[in-house]
Amino acid sequence: MPKRLIVSDVSKSFTMHLRGGVVLPVIGRADFSLESGKCFVLGGPSGAGKSSILKMLYGNYACNSGQILVVTDNGMIDLVTAKPREILRIRKETIGYVSQFLSVVPRVSTMDIVSEPLIERGYFRDDAHARASALLEHLNLPRYLWDLPPATFSGGEQQRVNIARGFITDHPILLLDEPTASLDAANREVVISLIEQKKRSGVALLGIFHDEEVRSRVADQIIDVSAFAPQATVA
Amino acid sequence: MTMQTPELATYNFAYLDEQTKRMIRRAILKAIAIPGYQVPFASREMPMPYGWGTGGVQVTASIIGPQDILKVIDQGSDDTTNAVSIRKFFEKTAKVRTTTHTADATIIQTRHRIPEEALKANQTLVYQVPIPEPLRFLEPRETETRKMHALEEYGLMHVKLYEDIATHGHIATTYAYPVKVEGRYVMDPSPTPKFDNPKMHLSPALQLFGAGREKRIYAIPPFTNVVSLDFEDHPFEVQKFHQPCAICAAEDVYLDEVILDDKGNRMFVCSDTDHCEERQAQGFRGVQAGGVAQ
Amino acid sequence: MNANPSLNGAHPYNDPGSDEPLLQVRSLSKLYGSRIGCTNVEFDLWPGEVLAIVGESGSGKTTLLNCISTRLVPTAGGVRYRMRDGRMRELFGLEEAERRFLMRTDWGFVHQNPADGLRMSVSAGANVGERLMAVGERNYGQIRKTAGDWLSRVEIEMDRIDDQPRAFSGGMRQRLQIARNLVTSPRLVFMDEPTGGLDVSVQARLLDLLRGLVTDLGLAAIIVTHDLAVARLLSHRMIVMKDGKVIETGLTDRVLDDPQAPYTQLLVSSILQV
Repeated sequence: MPKRLIVSDVSKSFTMHLRGGVVLPVIGRADFSLESGKCFVLGGPSGAGKSSILKMLYGNYACNSGQILVVTDNGMIDLVTAKPREILRIRKETIGYVSQFLSVVPRVSTMDIVSEPLIERGYFRDDAHARASALLEHLNLPRYLWDLPPATFSGGEQQRVNIARGFITDHPILLLDEPTASLDAANREVVISLIEQKKRSGVALLGIFHDEEVRSRVADQIIDVSAFAPQATVA
Repeated sequence: MTMQTPELATYNFAYLDEQTKRMIRRAILKAIAIPGYQVPFASREMPMPYGWGTGGVQVTASIIGPQDILKVIDQGSDDTTNAVSIRKFFEKTAKVRTTTHTADATIIQTRHRIPEEALKANQTLVYQVPIPEPLRFLEPRETETRKMHALEEYGLMHVKLYEDIATHGHIATTYAYPVKVEGRYVMDPSPTPKFDNPKMHLSPALQLFGAGREKRIYAIPPFTNVVSLDFEDHPFEVQKFHQPCAICAAEDVYLDEVILDDKGNRMFVCSDTDHCEERQAQGFRGVQAGGVAQ
Repeated sequence: MNANPSLNGAHPYNDPGSDEPLLQVRSLSKLYGSRIGCTNVEFDLWPGEVLAIVGESGSGKTTLLNCISTRLVPTAGGVRYRMRDGRMRELFGLEEAERRFLMRTDWGFVHQNPADGLRMSVSAGANVGERLMAVGERNYGQIRKTAGDWLSRVEIEMDRIDDQPRAFSGGMRQRLQIARNLVTSPRLVFMDEPTGGLDVSVQARLLDLLRGLVTDLGLAAIIVTHDLAVARLLSHRMIVMKDGKVIETGLTDRVLDDPQAPYTQLLVSSILQV
């Protein structure tokens, strides 16, 4: 299977200037790669740096060293040294992200939140809404909620809006940060089927799943993050 | 220049000293060279209050010669206080002949009208101007309005007309209606009724504008294009009167409303008194003067 | 409004010409006597990109904005801008007429205080229509229709079109100012604390509106704000300033989530969590 993303020798630490410049190492020498049509899952105890790895892959966090090579339409790009503009382009065209929490924008309806990524990519509003409707339907979000802003929704409802927004695009790489965290069993099944669909269409996925059952059903391979523990580099 | 009587101090010809007249003539020449452009000049104190025509009087004093024949009108009338005093002022200080007949005059100083009788070459119309800056309505900063003239940024003029239509359904500006002179400068024609705007266009007479308090002189040389601003779908139109002059039966002239009593009776008569009298002399009679209503 | 293929051309990364920056700021400094307004600022801005300049009061962000928008003449350095004909021009080398034309057609400037950007004694419709009349539109009906369309886009009722902005609330005035700026389809809009001085709920509505307009129109924007939430919501990239100097620049979420400079860390940690 072709590799879509290659992480090699990546390390990350935080320098806390407000606390006398103390350095907190988080990741040392991470090495792994993502492949088309496979779902890799980050494993390891909490605090091992799973979320940090996702954030580095999405460009939210800067890396101290190493390379994160992404295959894009414009060739191979190293996320560690990429310019902000390149990262924005990669987010738009190559790497999608389903976060744990919905960042709610005041006054924007659920329908618009979900279809926005498509509209940004140039879809007609009607087509984007049709795809959004299908996804929201699939995720069992009651139709009367679609025109409302999700600010007042329950945690599970917000999470489903978030999932719909994350899964609606055709990014060849998709990062999943606990997408099933606050879902009931039925909706977990839906998310698992969405992940299966993405795999069949050749998307390379990387996720964090605390739910043992979901993890075992979707994971093609577990990446043990504790292997990247910074102590290893210090020692 | 004039005869000096040894025992009595008297005025220089036309009141202003010769240096001042030269200064004003230079401003006038520049104004003629740049039609519609407001030329600053060192306006003098005149023996009359601001607002009574100090600008017009200085322009007239600078161009008048002993052989000129002067006519002065105020709102079309030769015999209102302002017109009479200015006429007497020049009779006294320049000993020039004066007239009320438009055709006989070589210089006509006017406050807010253009005579009905078409002006000829070799006649000069001198306007008294209170506020020369057409952009002042919306832009209070002089530095900014000068820049706008310099760069031909005249969008603001249409904002004023837009406001008129939005408020009244039509362009309700009836006087001081802005014009564009020779395709370049937007100019305030002084508070003449817009009825008179077409008379400025390609006029054979020289038109000079003097604003004493604001210290500006501007001009329209003979045969200059003068176009009233408007919108495609709200074209410029002059006022229409639904009846002829009650005294001389003239049509297509600018009429004043005159209240006759306290019972609501009124009549409309020529604003240009000289024009009205000429017509009466020719035998025209309106309803008030015993003529037959048409 | 429907997204359609022709509109997509306006989008930053679909625009084939977008590999060239729209604006280039180089070694820009402004001194007030011996005091520093801003010093040695450099950045590029691409079409459709929203850049936030953040910092405390007195950090030089408004000075920087005023220099870039040619409202102030910098002491050193330059600003180049890609004109509609595709050529890059040094802004301080333009004729004043060209510069003023640029400012009222291809640019917008949204002031913190709407009274600075509006004609308060002229109706809302004429405020929006002024730029159209300035570029030669002479059909009243057309001007009014366009003004009405823009008022509705910024959520001002049509029956307010003939009211003067002095009869409007602060939020409405700000929305009117935005419509007035956008009516000529500018490619670059400068905003100086666009939500400053507004109630929180009014701010939210305005931010949402701005966010929608910026995406729909593919606008490039430079927004000066001291509010990091505004920066996060509206901008792609940000510049952090302190004492007239650029402290940190980068992708907005990276600067906020993983700030590197001590001052940025302080700024980010000072946000009140609700």
